[in-house]
Amino acid sequence: MSRHHWFAIRQELPPRRRSLLGVVAFLLPLALWCLVSYVPFLWHPMVRVVEPGAVSWFRPDLLIPREAFAKEVDRVRSEGGLVPTGTRANPIYLPAPHAVGRALYTAFTTAPVLRGDLWLHESLGMSIRTIFWGFLISSAFGVPLGILCGAYTSVARASEPFVDFVRYMPAPAFGALMVAVFGIHLEPKIAIIVIGTFFQQVLVVANTVRKTDLGLIEAGQTLGAKRRHLLLRVLVPASLPDLYNDLRILLGWAWTYLIVAEVVGVSSGITFFINQQAKYRNFDNVYAAIVIIGIIGLATDQVLAFLGARLFPWKNPRPSRLRTLAIRLFADRYTVLFPDEPEKETTS
Amino acid sequence: MSLPPASMLESDYRVQSPAVAERFRKLRERPVVLSVEHLGKEFEGEGGPVTALRDVSFEVRRREFLCVIGPSGCGKSTLIRMVAGLDYPTAGRMLLDGREVSGPGPDRGMVFQGYTLFPWLNVTRNVMFGLEMQGMSRDQAEAEARQWIDLVGLSRFEKTYPAQLSGGMKQRTALARALAANPRILLMDEPFGALDAQTRAQMQTHLLEIWRNVDVTILFITHDLDEAILLADRILVLKANPGEVQEVIEVPVPRPRSWRR
Repeated sequence: MSRHHWFAIRQELPPRRRSLLGVVAFLLPLALWCLVSYVPFLWHPMVRVVEPGAVSWFRPDLLIPREAFAKEVDRVRSEGGLVPTGTRANPIYLPAPHAVGRALYTAFTTAPVLRGDLWLHESLGMSIRTIFWGFLISSAFGVPLGILCGAYTSVARASEPFVDFVRYMPAPAFGALMVAVFGIHLEPKIAIIVIGTFFQQVLVVANTVRKTDLGLIEAGQTLGAKRRHLLLRVLVPASLPDLYNDLRILLGWAWTYLIVAEVVGVSSGITFFINQQAKYRNFDNVYAAIVIIGIIGLATDQVLAFLGARLFPWKNPRPSRLRTLAIRLFADRYTVLFPDEPEKETTS
Repeated sequence: MSLPPASMLESDYRVQSPAVAERFRKLRERPVVLSVEHLGKEFEGEGGPVTALRDVSFEVRRREFLCVIGPSGCGKSTLIRMVAGLDYPTAGRMLLDGREVSGPGPDRGMVFQGYTLFPWLNVTRNVMFGLEMQGMSRDQAEAEARQWIDLVGLSRFEKTYPAQLSGGMKQRTALARALAANPRILLMDEPFGALDAQTRAQMQTHLLEIWRNVDVTILFITHDLDEAILLADRILVLKANPGEVQEVIEVPVPRPRSWRR
């Protein structure tokens, strides 16, 4: 029997199972989507007309609700006309996986419909630029202020009530105002992201700094560290890994503000692309764009997590993820080279 | 065989051999490093102020090893934290080398039960911390730190981060870190309380050895009577509710001491 149980409460899984489940997490929704898309008797509430027959308003490839199609068929049959034919189909807003997969490629290679419109990669670049500047500006002020709030109760009492107050105002509410101040291009969008991120950031950072082990501060004091050194040589380095993780989470929040920010003023970036494609009813492109946002987010987060393990080796003295991955990939060869070592891992 | 009468037992533990008496006579001639005068601490409790410590006075002389012992809740941790300057007394004062002190400072080094090593610094950098705070250059601090690390026997672990050290090794590092800052008095707040019995015995022997070789005065908090008897020149016994000095005992056991009987 395996040493590891699949449903052991709060127990770590062996790495092989962890990555397996990670893949399953993506395959399961994909399989569901495939089922709905490719098994014709599942859902498929529409009919795609193949042969219009005697129905005057039918056209090939037209999508019609099943009941309406059946009614027309009954009518034509009773009148003795040519019966129309069709295949069951899903609504236009649910393209099949292969269509979205194709769109993931073609969306980049298709020239924009209107002259002056942006290519997908240009739109993406614009969005990433917006996020980058918004998050950078927010962090440049939010992190230091948060650290000061966490370190000094007086600073916290003097700023946090107001920060808390503004935090509850939805960032998009500032849209019109920001357009008035910054114009209609990228600036108001960056401002919205700053507003959406900054106030949360101050509170989150302050809380993290506050959670620092007080014993470390006291140890610093008994070793002769005074105010400035206590802050910069003890408090900040002690909370740095947690602050880094906070920023990772906040970056995710910044992405959620992106879509509402980009409709402020002149619609731009990935939002503009999505809206434009929806207008042309190219829903495969819409899905492709949304998936790309997800991929960018996930990839950024993974890169940041990887860098985090490198930046704070003292926090996580295990071998790096890359090395673990390499070892896992070459597990069999590893066994030949060092037959004793992985033995401990695999035997129960 | 019957036990001797209680009155005899009472006086027994104070009897010193001539050699030990001579040692204490010499000790009393040394200059006072720390003088605690009528120290008291009151907390604001729910039903009015609660007295944690009342009128605690004692002196620690140069190179003396003084243990403070008492039941939990007697305020011995509060006492050492006040000496370290991490808590403020509500009465009395403390003199270090004759000068009144308040607030934390590097002249009173501290070793905590919970290690409190800086996890982002390796052993060397941890030990260097106090030296760097005193304005020593990095190279000089590193050279100095290395000697202290040698002394506590961690030369092989200079580049190791605290997370990878065992409890005993962590406490050795903390000891080296506190000693490197060259404090007038070393405060130790139940430093071996979190260690297993074997490691604790090792660390006690190790501490005695260091104390013999280094010019350092130690104020050591413990709730373990055996530990106090093994380590201390004198033992300050606190009683609880309120925390007061019950008595000060000159340990009559000759040195060197060890766990072997």
